[in-house]
Amino acid sequence: MSTQWLTDQLTEAPYLSLNEELTTQILTTALHEEVNKVGFRRVILGLSGGIDSALSLYLAVRAFGAENVIAVRMPYKQSSQNSLDDAEEAILDTGVKSLTVDITPQIDAYFERFPDASPLRRGNKMARERMTILYDLSAHYEALVVGTSNRTELLLGYGTQYGDSASAINPIGDLYKTQVRQLSRYVGVPNSILSKSPSADLWENQTDEGEIGFSYFDMDRVFYHMLDLKWDRRALHKQGFSDTLIDAVNRRIIRNQFKRVMPVILKVSNRTVGIDFRYLRDWGM
Amino acid sequence: MKVALAQIRPHLGNVAKNIEIHKQMIKQAKEEGVELLIFPELSLMGYNLLDLTYDVACTMDSEEVQEIVSESKGIDIAFGIVERSPDHILYNSAIYASYGSVQSVHRKVYLPTYGMFDEARYFGRGEKIRAFDTRFGRVGMLICEDMWHPSAPYLLAQDRAELLIVLANSPARGVHAKGLGTQDSWDLILTSQAQFYGMFIACTQRVGTEDGVTFFGNSTAVDPFGDTLVHGPLFEESLVTFDLDLDMVRRARFTTPILRDENTDLVIRELTRIQQHRRGE
Repeated sequence: MSTQWLTDQLTEAPYLSLNEELTTQILTTALHEEVNKVGFRRVILGLSGGIDSALSLYLAVRAFGAENVIAVRMPYKQSSQNSLDDAEEAILDTGVKSLTVDITPQIDAYFERFPDASPLRRGNKMARERMTILYDLSAHYEALVVGTSNRTELLLGYGTQYGDSASAINPIGDLYKTQVRQLSRYVGVPNSILSKSPSADLWENQTDEGEIGFSYFDMDRVFYHMLDLKWDRRALHKQGFSDTLIDAVNRRIIRNQFKRVMPVILKVSNRTVGIDFRYLRDWGM
Repeated sequence: MKVALAQIRPHLGNVAKNIEIHKQMIKQAKEEGVELLIFPELSLMGYNLLDLTYDVACTMDSEEVQEIVSESKGIDIAFGIVERSPDHILYNSAIYASYGSVQSVHRKVYLPTYGMFDEARYFGRGEKIRAFDTRFGRVGMLICEDMWHPSAPYLLAQDRAELLIVLANSPARGVHAKGLGTQDSWDLILTSQAQFYGMFIACTQRVGTEDGVTFFGNSTAVDPFGDTLVHGPLFEESLVTFDLDLDMVRRARFTTPILRDENTDLVIRELTRIQQHRRGE
């Protein structure tokens, strides 16, 4: 399957293009250091069969070697077989240790009490269930949890708080989706993963872009001009971005800010955690 | 004259560990016959200290500082600390140590407090930019952001510095299709400033990552003609050594006498006028 479409996108929007070797070097070097310095030698991550977790996997393998990376597949009974197969292909290709935990029993047991629960509740519950499994296995394998959320979805808030957004370290959180695709192609993520439509895989034929209403390429381009270049609306119009697109992504960014911060703490003391008690995680390391 | 850039990976707020790293580098440099060894900004402390700034701050006569200063025998050493002044103001400072004692201190003047930087929240601002004499010749020191203000190397050049030492901590950011934005900027600044003033510039950058922010290294030395003498590696610790012939300063300034022709009277006159205008006078 050709990835000419990706080459075309990067040609159309060269400002989204990254130096692949350098970016990979920064991400793998930093990933290695940030994990090692807190006393871990191994990492663990959830592998959905999608491109984001695949890229995190391939970067982790470069940083730690396949023998120190554990991939966990956590399907629900409605998850597509394609996703499972794609995850399997990445596991075989990288040679990492893997295990599969079917989350159906625990999800179904819970929703027996709430049979009318909305798809949103079910999707969030699944994402958080997967998080608790990863964190449990993290303790078992003494492996730090690696995140798989990209910059576009962090900005959109297209994820579950304390679910798929939870991790100890996220190597791809500063990459737009288009850049995730570019880097994935560079590190050798299988073509079947690279070329399919991104999906949260919560119900049949769900796609991110169908649900959000815009293509990732359009959103990445408008994000770049709005956030990286700080262009105003007039300049964005000139570049051909519509009010519909600008307003939609703007609304999402603002509405979902709560997903990007730690819980709000009500101030009483003179040194409140998160406000004026300020230290990096890497304190003393 | 043999100079080395100590491209190290400091541990955040772990001064004891950083002293060890310094001593190891100094030992290696001495073995290689290095006469001047330059560490990066805040080399003894780490960079993004936030509230740790208060905890790690050292007075000039503290044991931690003196441990490094006392090593400066047979080798001159420039290194970076959080300095606590007698009136308890903290400074992002560079120490030049020679013959076992502190010969000069530069307090960072331009404290970046925008975007990802928050230095003026913690540090007081240095008030001096002055060159000083060393056993090799006249030297000036600047710290990272100082170098982004052309007036800083300008003043040191006017103050007869032949060698400009820069202690820096530049984060890797602005990756683009061809390379790294911050690396491009630093290369441009160092080569142009060295050429403008016909002086050597030796700039040490750190490596390592603090909470996801990676410092890229690529420590650089440039000769008075603006040609790069040496680059340290990207992302890796290294002792980057090079030879420096100070007579090259004479040759560069004979070839392009920009320093000779500089009209400081005019600059002072015009700056005075501009200042008065800004004050609304």
